[in-house]
Amino acid sequence: MTLDIFKEKGTPLDKQLFTWRELVQAPTSKLDDDAFTRVRIILMNGLESEALRFSHATARMMNGDMRLPLAQIRRVEQHQQTMVNWLLPADLSPLETTIGFEQVAIEVTASVALREPDAYLAQVYRFGLLEDFDHLYRFSALMDRVMGADANNIVQNYSDIMPGRPTIVEHRAPEDNLRDHYISATADPLSKLHAITITASENQTHDYYMTIGPMFADPIARQLYAEIASIEEQHVTQYESLIDPNESPLEQWLLHEAMEVYNYLGCAQYETNPRIKEIWERFVDYELGHLHMVMELFKTIENRDPAEILPQTLPEPIDYQSHRQFVRETLNAEVDLRAAGTQFTHKDDEADRAPLSIAYREQMNSEGSPSEIVAAGYQWTPGTELTEEKSAFAKGASA
Amino acid sequence: MKSTAAKQVLTGNRTGMQTSPELAEELIEGAASATPSSEGGPQDIADYRGEYIAEGFPIGSMPMMPASEEGEADEEEVGMSVFLDKLSERLAFERTGTRLYEALLNKCETLGEQTPGPTLEDIEHIGQEELEHFLMLNRAVTEIGGDPTVQSPCADVAGVMSLGIMQVLTDPRSSMAQCLQAMLTAELTDNAGWELLIKLADNLGYDDLKTEFESALANEEEHLLNVRNWLSECVMDSAQV
Repeated sequence: MTLDIFKEKGTPLDKQLFTWRELVQAPTSKLDDDAFTRVRIILMNGLESEALRFSHATARMMNGDMRLPLAQIRRVEQHQQTMVNWLLPADLSPLETTIGFEQVAIEVTASVALREPDAYLAQVYRFGLLEDFDHLYRFSALMDRVMGADANNIVQNYSDIMPGRPTIVEHRAPEDNLRDHYISATADPLSKLHAITITASENQTHDYYMTIGPMFADPIARQLYAEIASIEEQHVTQYESLIDPNESPLEQWLLHEAMEVYNYLGCAQYETNPRIKEIWERFVDYELGHLHMVMELFKTIENRDPAEILPQTLPEPIDYQSHRQFVRETLNAEVDLRAAGTQFTHKDDEADRAPLSIAYREQMNSEGSPSEIVAAGYQWTPGTELTEEKSAFAKGASA
Repeated sequence: MKSTAAKQVLTGNRTGMQTSPELAEELIEGAASATPSSEGGPQDIADYRGEYIAEGFPIGSMPMMPASEEGEADEEEVGMSVFLDKLSERLAFERTGTRLYEALLNKCETLGEQTPGPTLEDIEHIGQEELEHFLMLNRAVTEIGGDPTVQSPCADVAGVMSLGIMQVLTDPRSSMAQCLQAMLTAELTDNAGWELLIKLADNLGYDDLKTEFESALANEEEHLLNVRNWLSECVMDSAQV
């Protein structure tokens, strides 16, 4: 992308204004809009949620100089998140939204894994990808078997619905969820943008599942959300551990704002709905405004040049298209990988190299595995498995 | 810490004003002494909602049909589009209906057959017919050139409406009578849905489908009658009248 983030100043903060009516626009259409429009909405909601989370955490640990600018920018980010998230329509049920979240985790993480310049970080993304890929399959089984609906009407044929690394074996001890972080001084800027993006996305997924899980009446649905929310928390632990903790809070803030410019720009570039594209373009300018405000703080408070941290122009954006082939190849090659400390190992070596995870997993699964129960014998079929007469009411079934 | 709540104690329903008359009186007094911050009434909500309605964004549309030579949909295409939309709605309803009766069967198997109330065989019978209707509609949509996997706008709306029914049926705490009440809502809607579909098939000249739909409606009328009777008997029995 040719946008020069040092020259383009964007919209000044005092011109970033909203009304309630403007925040709550007509939503997108679940049926007519492209699945990747929904993917972008869910992703950007996650990134704005991260902007608030990071800003609050920082404000609680910083001195007086930072608290006001954090609060000022946070006010706008709050409303950006609202405008973005409220684009989801009311007929998109919590379970359908969940399918959308998992599609984000698959297609966005696949793009990140492909573009990531650091081999170890790319491996981490591929590792997480195969777990979220499995979640899509488990939630699709729930949708077919409990709600009587087809998850493919959400993913629109772009993403495969089949088992990945089985959720039942994704449960790990904390010792096996941390990863080695990049080294800020030498890491490619894209690696930094990737790490914040995926951490943000997974964190919002976790929070969403924790909110909606109890809204389901069915006990297996409640258990499945409990189980997969637990994996999403592990994913947040994994991805946030990639970020160099030696970066100062202001440096991380600068990277957060750059990450938002980068992602809104990518959304604008790919968006097929003109009304939504206008929102992405508007928020590119808003984020540039935030970025420049933080650049100034970086200069005055830390006496450092933002150019030490940020690239002149932004890297190629996330690729909003189906990564079916890449995902299948990754599945074939790496489904049997398990985590051992900060590294990965074959499942045959897990007992020796990650005994704490085995013990923890056995405890959690000792009264049954929701993800196995919900998808017992499940094979996605166009429409529903009922077309294959897989029901208690099928001829010859013993009800 | 030693658990002090080994057994759940049922304390009775705590909702309603009479649960705590003294607190209720204070509550009423407080609310009556306050002044609303704005004038107007419930109509203000309607006016605001009206602004969004006037924008004219639909829930969704049917998949693109091949355009006629003139470039505009002719009467036949318009009729077909509406027919496919309503077929998709019934298909979604019967598919969900099969899952609803699976949940009801599950409830009955667990609690045991109750008198009055449906037997396991009764529920299996209805469930099998719901599945047959779904499969018949799947074939019908395919035969007239549609895609049975499409979620049409009416199917989507039907899905939204069914969510509450599913929540009641899959809730382990709901009683058989509460489940039957939810199923009555489904069956009333289902009967009306089949009646409308028969009329539409008739007006569009799909005589063979009309005959198949009439057969399905005859089943559904029986489902409705039975669910209504089971519910009535359960309620009368619990009221001991």
